[in-house]
Amino acid sequence: MTESTNRPSFISRCQNWIDARFPWTDTLNRHAAKYYAPRNFNFWYVFGALAFFVLILQLVTGVWLTMSYVPTSEGAFGSIEYTMREVSFGWLIRYLHSTGASAFFVVVYIHMFRGFAYGSYRSPRELIWLIGMGIYLVLMAEGFFGYLLPWGNMSYWGAQVIVSLVGAIPFFGPDMMEWVRGDFVMSEITLNRFFALHVFALPGALVVLVFVHIVALHHVGSNNPDGIEIKDKKDEKGVPLDGIPFHPYYTVHDFFAIVVFLIIFCAVVFYAPEMFGYFIEKPNFEIANPIKTPEHIAPVWYYTPFYAMLRAATFPLFGIDAKFWGLVVMAGAILIPAALPWLDRSPVRSIRYKGRISKLMLGMLVTSFIVLGYLGTIPPSPFATFTAQVGTMIYFSYFLLMPWYTQREKTKAEPERVTD
Amino acid sequence: MTDSKSNPVTRRYLLLATSGVAAVGVVGAAVPFVQSWTPSAKARALGAPIKVDISRLKPGEMLRPTPKWRGQTIFVFHRSESVLARLEKEAADLADPLSKKSIQPDYAANTWRSIRPEIGVYIGLCTHLGCVPTYEPDVGSEKWDSNWRGGFFCPCHGSKFDLAGRIEKNLPAPTNLVVPPYRYETETMIVVGEDMEDMEEIA
Amino acid sequence: MHWLWVSAVCVLSGSVFAASDSTWEMESMKPDLNDVDSLQRGLALYANFCIGCHSLQYQRYERTADDLGEIPHDLVLDSIIFTDQQIGDYMTTSMSEEDAKNWFGVAPPDLTMVTRVRSPKWVYNFLKTFYVDESRPYGVNNKVFPNVGMPHVLLPLQGISEEVCYGYATIDVIERQGTFHSAAEEGVTDSIDRLQGRELNCPEVRTIPGSGLYSVEEFDQAAFDLANFLHYVSDPSRQQRKALGTWVIGFLVILLVLAYFLNREYWKDIHNDKPD
Repeated sequence: MTESTNRPSFISRCQNWIDARFPWTDTLNRHAAKYYAPRNFNFWYVFGALAFFVLILQLVTGVWLTMSYVPTSEGAFGSIEYTMREVSFGWLIRYLHSTGASAFFVVVYIHMFRGFAYGSYRSPRELIWLIGMGIYLVLMAEGFFGYLLPWGNMSYWGAQVIVSLVGAIPFFGPDMMEWVRGDFVMSEITLNRFFALHVFALPGALVVLVFVHIVALHHVGSNNPDGIEIKDKKDEKGVPLDGIPFHPYYTVHDFFAIVVFLIIFCAVVFYAPEMFGYFIEKPNFEIANPIKTPEHIAPVWYYTPFYAMLRAATFPLFGIDAKFWGLVVMAGAILIPAALPWLDRSPVRSIRYKGRISKLMLGMLVTSFIVLGYLGTIPPSPFATFTAQVGTMIYFSYFLLMPWYTQREKTKAEPERVTD
Repeated sequence: MTDSKSNPVTRRYLLLATSGVAAVGVVGAAVPFVQSWTPSAKARALGAPIKVDISRLKPGEMLRPTPKWRGQTIFVFHRSESVLARLEKEAADLADPLSKKSIQPDYAANTWRSIRPEIGVYIGLCTHLGCVPTYEPDVGSEKWDSNWRGGFFCPCHGSKFDLAGRIEKNLPAPTNLVVPPYRYETETMIVVGEDMEDMEEIA
Repeated sequence: MHWLWVSAVCVLSGSVFAASDSTWEMESMKPDLNDVDSLQRGLALYANFCIGCHSLQYQRYERTADDLGEIPHDLVLDSIIFTDQQIGDYMTTSMSEEDAKNWFGVAPPDLTMVTRVRSPKWVYNFLKTFYVDESRPYGVNNKVFPNVGMPHVLLPLQGISEEVCYGYATIDVIERQGTFHSAAEEGVTDSIDRLQGRELNCPEVRTIPGSGLYSVEEFDQAAFDLANFLHYVSDPSRQQRKALGTWVIGFLVILLVLAYFLNREYWKDIHNDKPD
């Protein structure tokens, strides 16, 4: 480095050797040292990196759990206890994984909220958004299949209830239900296929989708809290004026965020791994019992908003019973964010410059989502059902009324350059 | 904020310190994952000393079903007077007749490689590549040896051991069968996995 | 967007505390895993009164002995294990499932994780609230687990307990039925259902003094010890987990401080470079 007349150092010769055969330096530059991210990222922008971190954590702990897991109806429950009690640090690896599942959804929900608030889904980032929705769907499936594997009583009955939803599809439903389970009830056959999907197929899909998500992001560049395009203003070298190299500025930033995250995460893992029954439900410490349903079946918290919407559909329509409409409402609620790029007609991207109605609607969306999440964990009652119906209306109106209110409301002027 | 000028030296030290501590963290995080590969409590419990009742052991026979210690087959068998006499004489074609290179507790480092001459206790795994040899106590002509004098034959690669678990010369197995630590709790009860405390017990 | 935080926190804090579904007002019980004496007594009680029927099929004697103050293995073999089980064996009952079904109708459940499925408090109250009820097959009933199909195994220790009912000055069922008749004669026609549905106001279980080996306080302690022991068994690495957690979080805090200053140091480049 210092004496340019000398032979290049060993390390740089190694680097040259590799770069002649694989675009190593090029890749690092493209995605880190010369990837220019907006300088005004705030708190909400760390959750992408956190999601990536949790993904790695889940992959590693998952591989280790598989080493002592037995995917049979006889052995599954006992093998988890074996891991927890007999394998050195097995309890730690198991709790990291079970807490990691919940942490994944916490982080992903906040990451998605960030997208809602700052219009990260809008042109030219529609494809990033759609890939992200794909990640979200795979993640939900991954969580669902994984939850059956401990073969606890809640695993069993939770899966039974969700699989029975398929039965609500007119004409094909009952046959499809048997097809999914491979049996007439939830059984070892079901467990085996869920195991295969959980440890092999879906993680693979997840990794590929996350890779594509990041490639697409780095192709178009990141959005920012002001929702303006930093690439519009460049210096003579073609570097965006408001862009800063991802590395080192955002690597040190995200590293700090990861440490903060880890402190909270470890507090849960080491002091409250069941999280008062929200991360691991009490009936799941009992082995699956096909003749004894837990008193109250609730999915894990990350599904409960949609579960509440499913239960909110209580009346038949067009001669088809309520069960089917519940499924439609639930599927619609999960899928509708994918349409956001085409629903949002606002001249501005960020909530900072949108009008009052947008702010109100976003606030109502978040509130309804949290209230629905709570309602999904409690047993149904007339009041809860009514509240869930209202919540469902609010949730959908955020999306369905969006073309109207985003065009109608008065927006503020976007700044020329990003604000700090 | 005007005086907050970046300082390359501070930066360098901070970077080093953070990297160092983070590296410790990564190593620390790896410990549970490495540790989890060590034998589990279950495996260790199975590796606990076992009690073997030899009151049912008939002369010249091997105890069946063969007991297991640490998952390994344990040969426990009875040797008659004539066998013992033969074991003392026949040493010429053995690779390690005095068990100098072989593994056995001190109290079993004798001609019969056992505490009591008539009771043999060996780990039933060939010292070559770990197959289980078969117990062939009868003298006579066998497929693998026209002049078989009784012992253990390993079907994997043809190693031949005598009834004291000693390997014959010029065969794949390098050493004699391993003698596990064991002791007599009573006349008819052997504990495999625990050493004999008192050498005088032999007498 | 601070208002979002506020609404989120309000909703979540309301949801964390869900109500219990039992009608019996349970006494509070806080397990204490640092109380090794209590855990050892709990183990001894379990071995004497419970393991005859209820396995702890995922827990080993050896682990239990080592965790509960390193009890010598020989002592465990002599005074805790009454079968031919070895120290490394799982703490299973010697009763076969078939026998159990013949005798009790159902196999007594494994209790390894009973305090995780229910709670230590539940176990404590369950053990304390057996009372005489001649209408039941074993002559006893339970307040926390009504119509439980299990005899009062700790009866020799606790002695005879009866429920105390208000409004009906009665003690056992026969007497209560007498009261019921007189109530019916007085025109209280709906009380038959209430009585059979056990919705009488009987908020207490009282032990007849001197009928058991233990005093009330001693029995409370025994029930506590058992519940405490089962709490240990339900997650034997709990203590290790919490101890390790302190180190891990302590380490992360150090890393946090370094990461904070590192981040600040680098970002000085950006903040000094403001376009204005």
